[in-house]
Order: sequence, then C-alpha cells, then structure tokens
Amino acid sequence: MTPIIAAAGLRQAFGSRVIFSEVSFTVQPGEVFVILGGSGCGKSVLMRQIIGLLPPVAGTVQVLGQDMYAAATDIRTRIGVMFQAGALFGSMTLLENVMLPLELLSDLPYAARVALARVKLGLVGLAESAEKMPSEISGGMAKRAAIARAMALDPPLLLLDEPSAGLDPITSAGLDRLILDLRDELGITFVVVTHELASILAIADRCLMLDAAAAGVIASGDPRSLAAESTHPTVRAFFHREATARPSRTIGI
Amino acid sequence: MTHSAAVAVGAASLTVRAQGDTVVLCFAGRLDVSAAAALWQDTLRAASTAADLRLDLHAVEACDTAGATLLLEAERAFGGTARIDGAEARVAAVLALVRPASVVPARAPRAAVHLPDALRAVGRGVADGVAFMGEVAVALARAPARLRMLRRVDVLRAADEAGVRAIPLVLLLGVLIGLILAFQSLVPMRRFGADIYVANLVALGVVRELGPLLTAMVLAGRSGSAFAAEIGTMKVNQELDALATMGVDAMTMLVLPRLLAATVMMPVLTVLMDFAGLLGMTLVLTGFGVPPVVVLHQVASALVPLDFTGGLFKACVFGVAVAAIGCRAGLATGVGPRAVGQAATSAVVGGIVATIMLDGVLAVLYNRLGW
Repeated sequence: MTPIIAAAGLRQAFGSRVIFSEVSFTVQPGEVFVILGGSGCGKSVLMRQIIGLLPPVAGTVQVLGQDMYAAATDIRTRIGVMFQAGALFGSMTLLENVMLPLELLSDLPYAARVALARVKLGLVGLAESAEKMPSEISGGMAKRAAIARAMALDPPLLLLDEPSAGLDPITSAGLDRLILDLRDELGITFVVVTHELASILAIADRCLMLDAAAAGVIASGDPRSLAAESTHPTVRAFFHREATARPSRTIGI
Repeated sequence: MTHSAAVAVGAASLTVRAQGDTVVLCFAGRLDVSAAAALWQDTLRAASTAADLRLDLHAVEACDTAGATLLLEAERAFGGTARIDGAEARVAAVLALVRPASVVPARAPRAAVHLPDALRAVGRGVADGVAFMGEVAVALARAPARLRMLRRVDVLRAADEAGVRAIPLVLLLGVLIGLILAFQSLVPMRRFGADIYVANLVALGVVRELGPLLTAMVLAGRSGSAFAAEIGTMKVNQELDALATMGVDAMTMLVLPRLLAATVMMPVLTVLMDFAGLLGMTLVLTGFGVPPVVVLHQVASALVPLDFTGGLFKACVFGVAVAAIGCRAGLATGVGPRAVGQAATSAVVGGIVATIMLDGVLAVLYNRLGW
C-alpha cells in the first residue's frame, strides 16, 4: 500500500542547535499516527515540515505521493491542518470560516457551500453555533470548528497540532472520539501531534517518539506496546509519568 | 414512458430519467467536491420538479461528505424522502453520517433595532463617559495617597510618545496650514489692496482657533488611538485583571499618566503649531513682496496676550478630552481580535467629535466673557 506520508532522513537545525536529525517514518492510509514527545523535542517543527511550512535542512517529505517542497505542487490544497489554537479567522463566523476553503478552492455554488459547511459543522457538533464568531465560543469548540474547516474539502489527510492542549478531560475525550469517528466513517488519515498521554493511548494506531536530548527519534510503534515493553528510560518515564532526574540547583549565599 | 438526460463531469456523471411521475437520478463515478460542484444545479433542478424521487447509486464508486450533501440537498429540494437504491455499504455509511449533520437548526429571530433603543444606547454612552470622568476625578483626588502607582516613568514615556515624537508632524502641518491660509487669503485681498491684513487674519485664525484644533486632531490620531490600543491589548491579555488582583488601581496606573502627559504636552505642541503657522504665512507674504519686519509688526498689533492664553486653555481642555476618550475606549475594549481595532477607531472618532464640540462650547464661552 502506498503510504500517505513518507519522510526520509529529516533534519532540522536553527543555527548550530540541532532539533532533530535522521527522522524517517511512513504513515499508512486510514491510520491515526501520533507524533509525541516532551516539550521542546521538535514535534511542532516536524509537523511544520510535513505541511510544507518549514523546508527541512536535509531529507525529503512525500505527501500523497508528491514531494512537499517540489515546485508547483498543489498538494497543500489536498491536506487539512488544525493549528494548536485553532487559527480561526476572527472576523468571520464559524460558518464563513468553514466556507472559505470551499469558496477559494472549489467551484461549488453559494448554496452548496453553505450546505456543505453546515454539514461539516454538524459533524463536529457545532451546527447550533454556525453563526457565532470565534470570540464567542470556548477553546474546545474553536478546535472542533478548526477541524471542520480543515476537512472542508474532504482531504484524505488531516494533521492536528496539539488538539487536546488546554482542554478538560471530558472535552478532550470528545475530541478523541471525533477523530476516531472521522477515521472510521470517512477513512480520513490523521497525523496528530500531542503529548497528552490519555489521548495518545485512546487514538493512536502507531506513534513516533521524539526526544530533545537525543535530538531525534527514540521509539516508534504501537504506543500500548511501547508503554508495556519499552526499556528506554525516557520512553518509560513518558508513558508511566515518572519524573526524570531533577536538575541540580545551586544556591549561593 | 421514459425520458432521460445526462450530465458528465470528470469521474462522475448524472443521468436524469423520468418514469411516469417518478424522477430517477442515476449517479455514477466518484461523488466528491468536484462532482458536487458540477452536478449541483442539474441535480437540484431535477429533484425540485419531481412528484416522486429515486436516487440510483448503483454506479457510484465512492462518495465523500460533499457527495452525500449533494444527495441530501436533492432530497431537500424534492421536499420529502427519496428512495435510495444501490448504495454500497461505504456510501450508505457516509450518508448515514452526514444526514443528521445536514439538518439546519432553526434560527432564532434577530431582534430588530428600534429608534428608542438606539437613542437609549447613545444616552448610556454619554452617561458612561460622564461616569468615567467622575472616576478620573476620584483617581486624581486619591493620587497623592497612591503616588507609588502613579509612576513617573509612565508619565514621561506617555509625554515622550504623545508630545516629543509628535513635534515633527506638528511643525510640518503648521507650516503647511500657514502657507495655504495665507495664499488663499492673499489672492482675493490683493484686489482690495489689503495684502497686509492677511497677517492679521491668519495670525488670529491660527492662534485662537486652528492651532489648538489641529493639534488636538494630531493628538487624537496619533495618541488617542495608541492609548486605546495599548490599554485594549492589556485588557485582552488579562493584564488589567492581573493589576486588579494585585490591588492596583488601573485608573491611577494607566489612565492618569496618559491624561497628565496629554494635558501638559498639548499646550506645548499648540505653541509650536502656532509659530509654525505664522512662519508659513510669513514665507508666503515675503514671497509676495511684504518685508518680514512688516509682517511681524502686523502680527504684534493684531494679537493680544489673551488670544494666546485662550488658545492654550483650549489646548489643555482638548488634551484632557482626547486622552480620556482614548483611555476609556481602551478600558471598554471587548473580546476578539477586532476589539482592539474597534477601540482605536472609536478613540479617534470620539476624540475628533469631542474636540469640535468643545471648541464650539468654548467659542460661545469666550464670546460671553468678551475675550
């Protein structure tokens, strides 16, 4: 089966500081693939490389069979992205936010755009809030609206950056359920960047774990297996919520 | 009897068949966004005229939410439940997922805006403004006991931004206004041999009226909006809440420094505007052959000290009004990314309107006082 994403030998550095190197992985159609790791390990940097916003220092990213950074690629119109804070356009209602990609990238007539945008909002449980402004809704609703906008054009691939960050456990679990429903019913492939342990164990088919100290991948595979079997100290600490060695502190008097 | 018509686009097609009273819409291929866009009008037109509707999906290979929306909108245009034939499991699953999501919720009726309500809102705005000035007065009265909150660095920074940095603009505008006024007056007055009285006219106009007025416009445009944006951004970022939880009075710490800075800097800027205006006028008159010393003599004879002091008093009043309106707009900032922009706009508009209204009031007052 042709992978939806094929990344090979990715490296990112800012000046002399290497964020990660030699990162390679594939994402298969219909799976929920999670990129995880502690704060500052480069999860969001890797996501920006995948969606074409940050060319890697080395390595290649192929999405839907095309090189993400090749000239004249229109691949970005065939993927949906939800940013961490939603990135909804504050001057538009939720309905207008979802209609925007349909208006700019499809030939659908106005009535069709309205109907389809309402369907997308209905799918994420926001049918009643279609006329609200982003400033009038909660953080969880903003993330769901952002997912509705990301899937406006029915892309085969959705990338979500920290969908559970800042949400209460119930809202977070609802979002996890939504991801699984969309995967199961519509066959959408998900790449999710997160460090929320409960979400990872609930939704991930496979995961890739980055580590800041190792500046690269330290584990990959089924997160439940990693949690149970990995002997890597950082992987064990992550999945079992164990504190690593406390940084030393010197108090001068 | 059977009639049929076909539409094909890319990987999808629609064939419309009439079987007696029943309209059969036969779809084929991939029903995705492109197909929905191309087939939308024909599908809805055929469905809306049907007495009975059947959707034949035997030849549909794949269907996403756009395709499902097309099918459900056809059903809606028909106005009843259509019979759906031949949908394979995957297509039926997408239809089942989209059907509940496509129900349009009833919209709550939008409240009409009545004139009395609008007038009440205006009245409330004015009352809020008066209340705000009262709060400023209270903060000012309490300031000696809260000197620690009224930080000198804040006052100096506001004075620098509202005053010192506005000097180049004020000088430029002043010279240009003096040039324009003198030139426009000179042309008609020459016909009557009254060239020299242009100096009297422009000097009185600039010092008593235009100097303070234009400086207030500059202050409203530059600093009123900046005050609103600064305080508004602080409100959006919950910095005002943080101050409140520390027991710090925002009026004393944020509003008073700006108010003091504007009140002090406005007369200074007005003096500069006056002199720049007189300089611009002198340049024009000199260009038309009137010696500078004659212009100076005319200006000295036309103006009395009360003209200057009256203009400077106006400047102080305008400074208080513009700064207070800017700060009030900032404190009243709403939520969302547009709120700060709206606050800045209302600060500029409010500042300009208030300046002109106060100018009218002061003109009447000066007239009564015989100034």
